[in-house]
Amino acid sequence: MRNAFGQPQTVLVLGGTSEIAHHVVLQLVRERTTTVVLAGRDKGRLEDAASELREAGATTVETITFDASDPSTAGATIDDAFHAAGGPIDLVLLAVGQLGDQDISDNDPVATIKLFDVNLTWPAAALAALRGRLISQGMGHVAVFSSVAGVRVRRANFTYGATKAGLDALAQGFGDSVRSSGIKVQIVRPGFVRTKMTQGLSEAPFTTDVDQAAETIVKGLSSSATVIWSPPVLQGVFFIMKNLPGFLWRRLPG
Amino acid sequence: MIDATEELLTGWGNTAPSLARVERPRTGSEVEEAFEDMTGPMIPRGLGRSYGDAAQCAGGTVVSNRGLWHLSPIDPETGLVTLGAGVSLEELLAVSIPAGYFVPVTPGTRQVTIGGAIGADIHGKNHHVDGSFTKHVTSMTLATPTGVVTLTQKSDPELFWATAGGMGLTGIITQATLQMIPITTSYVTVDTERFNDLDGVMNAMLSGDDDYRYSVAWVDCMTSGPKMGRGVLTRGDHAPRSALSGRSARKPLVAPSSSMLTVPFTPPSGLLNRLSITAFNEAWFRKAPQRRDGEIQSLGSFFHPLDGVSWWNRLHGHRGFLQYQFVVDDAHGEVIRQAIEVLSAASVPSFLAVLKRFGPADPGPLSFPLKGWTLALDMPIGPPQLADVLDQLDIMVAEAGGRIYLAKDSRLSPELLRAMYPDVQKLEEVRKRIDPKGVLASDLSRRLGLS
Repeated sequence: MRNAFGQPQTVLVLGGTSEIAHHVVLQLVRERTTTVVLAGRDKGRLEDAASELREAGATTVETITFDASDPSTAGATIDDAFHAAGGPIDLVLLAVGQLGDQDISDNDPVATIKLFDVNLTWPAAALAALRGRLISQGMGHVAVFSSVAGVRVRRANFTYGATKAGLDALAQGFGDSVRSSGIKVQIVRPGFVRTKMTQGLSEAPFTTDVDQAAETIVKGLSSSATVIWSPPVLQGVFFIMKNLPGFLWRRLPG
Repeated sequence: MIDATEELLTGWGNTAPSLARVERPRTGSEVEEAFEDMTGPMIPRGLGRSYGDAAQCAGGTVVSNRGLWHLSPIDPETGLVTLGAGVSLEELLAVSIPAGYFVPVTPGTRQVTIGGAIGADIHGKNHHVDGSFTKHVTSMTLATPTGVVTLTQKSDPELFWATAGGMGLTGIITQATLQMIPITTSYVTVDTERFNDLDGVMNAMLSGDDDYRYSVAWVDCMTSGPKMGRGVLTRGDHAPRSALSGRSARKPLVAPSSSMLTVPFTPPSGLLNRLSITAFNEAWFRKAPQRRDGEIQSLGSFFHPLDGVSWWNRLHGHRGFLQYQFVVDDAHGEVIRQAIEVLSAASVPSFLAVLKRFGPADPGPLSFPLKGWTLALDMPIGPPQLADVLDQLDIMVAEAGGRIYLAKDSRLSPELLRAMYPDVQKLEEVRKRIDPKGVLASDLSRRLGLS
């Protein structure tokens, strides 16, 4: 059960090898979290993350595998996750996603489909599977990992940006639809975070380390904000970006 | 058919809402019906005055006791009254005061049910003299998953006392018999004293509380330095007829009226902040007299000052608030000062704190009081440091052999619950006996890992 501060005891991470989500859970384990279910693609890396969480104090950590490029697996994955948790789940971190490579997806329909499957179709199906589960357990909290890349889509990663824009919109509507059932849905919009996923890419302004991002997100999770920006300054920056006239936006680098 | 709806419920603190099916049985047999085919989870609820998640049951069934409403006349020979568990203290007092009886124990509000009063084993300003509420209950009818039992303190002491402070986890109380106390007026003679620091308040309570049936101090936790913990001590006894004059002498037994004011909606969080709370505490301290003896106050204004405004909890805004109440024994009275220092150093805004002395502990394994000191503080949710600061206080309290009050709790950890309530297994053993399938559970019991 979550407490008056919204601190969860049981957490499910969809995208269990996501570095940002992992650091968020590490901090939650220092608060009240004792049970964690990690769902991801790579069994070995999930087990590594699981043992780190056990060392940090989690008493029960379960891992389950799925392939997000096959959206038909979403329903079964959610079923497995609730089974592994052995009871109600207080917080779901939906952190499934890939960055992709714009140079490839520019001209490759198959790569484009795959990126949409992983970043949007699988998460959409997972939310649909979660909905009834959360309503019948009578409470819940979902944090959907979007990105500032979806707020205004840049030409340098427009396919990725478009998947996140779609996910962001879906999460907002999903949140509104379950609000009266006592389920809290928050959208997490990180900027550029130094992780394996972004290794080798040139850093954007307001880049943060994964620890900083996790700290901002954990703080946001116990707030009533519908969108968690990391770092918080990006809320203002992207308000301006979003409203820039197209001719100026196109002149910005990358 | 039992009346039922789906509802999103919170406690009085408006935190951590959860959705449950709320059933409203009107008779004992409808309560039995509610248990039929029930696999759980399920928990009773009264007027929802517990601050946290004690009367919530996410994804399960919450049984409202408010339909269990019947009230027999008070026996003039014995002062005993038998009533439905859903009757509130306000409803009881409306009948009992004109007949010359008061409840043996009352909290700071009349808006609690008899079932809730037993479930939390509530205490009042007279704990140092009279103990907790359930001590004054001579018998109760309890519906459990394995059947209905009528309990006295002798017939099944384990189940009786596990129910006292058991937060509804032993079943649904449908009816109780309560020993009322005779009064000749509905007034209290009150002595008020103001002190400029915490030591002054605590010394006066140690030396003088035994001379009064009722005693409570309001302490300012937001002033630091030498004036830290300055406070106003009010103590009193039921006024005899000879103390009254004028209109009150002609009508000496008047039931308190229900509140005239209400907070109609929830304003934004942040209305009650460091500035406004400091100003409130200051004004309240200054308005108290240095010393005033023998003032005549009505029962309502002495015991239930907050009942003057309905839904005052909304003033804390949509983020809600919590109350932190702990007790430590006399050997650890310094923890009161340390707790106020920790909160003041962390800049946690807190309304006037209530400081009281408790008498000997009652037998319930989850009953809160211990002989010593109790401090209760209201705090709005919001300051980011609050969760960690309260975790720190929990450790201080547990190390001093003290505990926090579950009727107020919304954030304790399972490990510290067991440190604070070493007899918790007694409740768990009783639960194994009367609820082998584990039907009875609340958000609180699941959060605290109570089996």
